[in-house]
Amino acid sequence: MSAKIRKIAVNIEETHREIGRAISPPTRKAVAVAVIENPFAGAYQEDLNELMEIGAELGALLGQKCVEALGITPAQAESYGKSAMVGENGELEHAAAILHPKLGAPLRLAVEKGAALVASSKKMGSPGQVLDVPLGHKDAAYVRSHFDGIEVRLNDAPRANEIMVAVAVTDSGRPLPRVGGLIHDDVIGKDGLK
Amino acid sequence: MPDVVLRKLIYSVEDVFHEGGPISEIPLRRAAALAIIENPFAGRYEPEIQGFMEDLKPLGLRMAQKLLDLLGGADKIEGYGKGAMIGEAGELEHGALWHAPGGYAMRELLADSNAIVPSTKKVTGVGGRLDVPITHINASYVRSHFDSMEVGTNDSPRANEMVLALVMSTGARIHNRAGGLAAADIVGKDGLR
Repeated sequence: MSAKIRKIAVNIEETHREIGRAISPPTRKAVAVAVIENPFAGAYQEDLNELMEIGAELGALLGQKCVEALGITPAQAESYGKSAMVGENGELEHAAAILHPKLGAPLRLAVEKGAALVASSKKMGSPGQVLDVPLGHKDAAYVRSHFDGIEVRLNDAPRANEIMVAVAVTDSGRPLPRVGGLIHDDVIGKDGLK
Repeated sequence: MPDVVLRKLIYSVEDVFHEGGPISEIPLRRAAALAIIENPFAGRYEPEIQGFMEDLKPLGLRMAQKLLDLLGGADKIEGYGKGAMIGEAGELEHGALWHAPGGYAMRELLADSNAIVPSTKKVTGVGGRLDVPITHINASYVRSHFDSMEVGTNDSPRANEMVLALVMSTGARIHNRAGGLAAADIVGKDGLR
């Protein structure tokens, strides 16, 4: 089984200046979104396995799209996140089925390693609504410089019977990090936290 | 004239496979490039502003070239458009400075681009969205290629900034069937038909 994809969108954002200071090299984030048909729209479905499999497929596809969009090697990815927005004929649990059981493993292959939990968010929504994808360091959740997020929205999605699934990947943290905490260079990367 | 002070570059690519009808083997692709720059004329009335058009040309070319890279090369491009959003300390006329360099940049890189580049502009606040019109690059009347792409970002344009947009597409609307001049029937001389 595979996702019925209507649309894929990829956004790349480079920040060259922040509050008047040059950022060199620029910090960069990518977010890839798939708009898929919700196979369970309109009626309660007990077994959500089909959505879990779709999650696995999209974890690989969208992770690779982000890495490709940034023009980096998988090892150069520094943080990641995932989100889903479910159209009005679905239910929030559909987003959970896509995001949590199986999406992470293939995403981690796409970004190499990935010891840390993949930060996530989910919501019900309608065409044009904003989805904020949280970002956290891929190998150590406590890296404070990499706590961030990226907004994505598509004017025509999700329609009532659709789900928008987003994966975000960066090659950097915030533009001017200075709130302390664990830094990227000190990551051990074994337990996913430190 | 002032330097172009760039704060952000944003690129968006969409692959559209279907819209409720038959699934296309070749998806329609649209891409947008946004540059968020300082508005050198923000906060005052400046009578002489035209020199800034020349300053914007390298940025326009950089954005247009990136769109070609994202969409697979100049020979894949069939539609284009441009637009500008001006932060609240500026005026609509500042956005008009993008007409020449934005259009020049895309037509410089695209062969057979006789059609005028459709455009839109507005003064807006942070988070403003812009529906950038798209038409065929060589004949404005090609009905299948009338399209648009919504662009914008959550932190722009700040009061003293401008968001400059270029958009390109690789083909017709995904289920186009509204008739009119077809791309295959373009004469390609006057930019219209």
